[in-house]
Amino acid sequence: MNVPRFCREIPSRYNLIGTKCENCDTYYFPPRRVCITCRRKGVIREYQFEGSGKVVTHTTIYSAPENFSKMTPYVLAIVELDEGPKLTAQIVCDPSEVKIGMRVKSVFRKLGEEGPDGVIYYGTKFIPA
Amino acid sequence: MSIGITTYGVYIPRYRIRVEEIARVWGDDPNDIKKGLGVFEKSVPDRDEDTATIAVEAARSALQRSGLAGVDIGAIYVGSESHPYAVKPTATIVAEAIRATPELMAADYEFACKAGTAALQTCLGLVAADYIKYGMAIGADTAQGAPADALEYTAAAGGAAYVVGKSHVIAEIEDTYSFTTDTFDFWRRQGQQYPKHGGRFTGEPGYFKHVLAGARGLLHKTRSKPEDFDFAVFHQPNGKFPRKVASTLGFSQQQVKQGLVVEKLGNAYSGSSLIGLASVLDVAEPGSRIFMTSFGSGAGSDSFTFRVTEEIGKIQDKAPSVAELLAAPIYLDYAIYAKHKNKIVL
Repeated sequence: MNVPRFCREIPSRYNLIGTKCENCDTYYFPPRRVCITCRRKGVIREYQFEGSGKVVTHTTIYSAPENFSKMTPYVLAIVELDEGPKLTAQIVCDPSEVKIGMRVKSVFRKLGEEGPDGVIYYGTKFIPA
Repeated sequence: MSIGITTYGVYIPRYRIRVEEIARVWGDDPNDIKKGLGVFEKSVPDRDEDTATIAVEAARSALQRSGLAGVDIGAIYVGSESHPYAVKPTATIVAEAIRATPELMAADYEFACKAGTAALQTCLGLVAADYIKYGMAIGADTAQGAPADALEYTAAAGGAAYVVGKSHVIAEIEDTYSFTTDTFDFWRRQGQQYPKHGGRFTGEPGYFKHVLAGARGLLHKTRSKPEDFDFAVFHQPNGKFPRKVASTLGFSQQQVKQGLVVEKLGNAYSGSSLIGLASVLDVAEPGSRIFMTSFGSGAGSDSFTFRVTEEIGKIQDKAPSVAELLAAPIYLDYAIYAKHKNKIVL
């Protein structure tokens, strides 16, 4: 991740800001500017997701990229938000604790940092609800 | 129209380390430590938690408790001695994470353990002067104690957020008073990982001088006596100091008990007295009067008197209480604790 990209994504990463098509009630995360069903008839509005959902599938990372090496082992999962969209996120729990279908809720955590003198990336992770 | 606290929120990480475990590593007698400090365990942040994440969780809890939205907040001041950046505010991260940006005042405060109450005074002034409708004051820390230093037994993590306003006041702020001198009891130089403390300056010339003078100053200013209050909260670097200061001032141990969270929490620095106050607000009833004095090394103290209103019952159970946040901890051994606290340099 680089600083400009992270900066652009702050609303989504901090507050789960996505969009909703008012025409067909479809929710999008990350946000879409055009509804893929309604196309031109779609009415897209900003929407803040509640932050609760369930684990669709998960994996445990033991061999991580350099910036995450101190975090191992950690759980990565696809979380289905209650409004429908699915996203990849870290689940903050012991790897033995995570189960498919487990209810989770969002928390604000450190996602990573660019070494000791770079920026710190914050955002959303999930914990067992 | 009265001004006071309209809502509050607390965050305490789930992890703890017991005094026995730290004493085991350094060859100390845990019973001596527990008896000497009056602390049994302390909170430890997760590997991905720091002052900013703790401040955000406390701020979100405060909003959840009240139903206020981030956009209602006109100022955010975050007090801490462990801001993640030396230059770049924690307050901007909190503001963005509760959707209070961009029309607001924001800054970070630093005054050892009393930066959070200094933020509370700033919000009080801004609301009183009608510059803002609601101001948020946060005290949060992931306190550092050098390995084998006495501070390691108590330096903990946690934070509390308070919103000050004029409507839906749950605890009126009746008055405030501060006492400040230039004292060398505790410091951390720029770029240093761990603080140092000035030995004999820590007790009498630091904590006791400033807390006693600050508390007496406010009692005199408000023409009050200790028995006029239902609860008293003092900064709690350990379990002994607040008890001793309370009895010296004439407060009973019963008045101090509810606000004394240090035994299981440790010293959450800027969060310390503010989490103690939250523990009192969790159970306070309309009409209760609360006395609070914080302390920050360097050194100074901020004293407040609060009167709890009828509104308190509407929000007490709308967010996790301090007792709930202290329950069901996960205990760490020293090695994992050292990893959590970045004490192992790779």
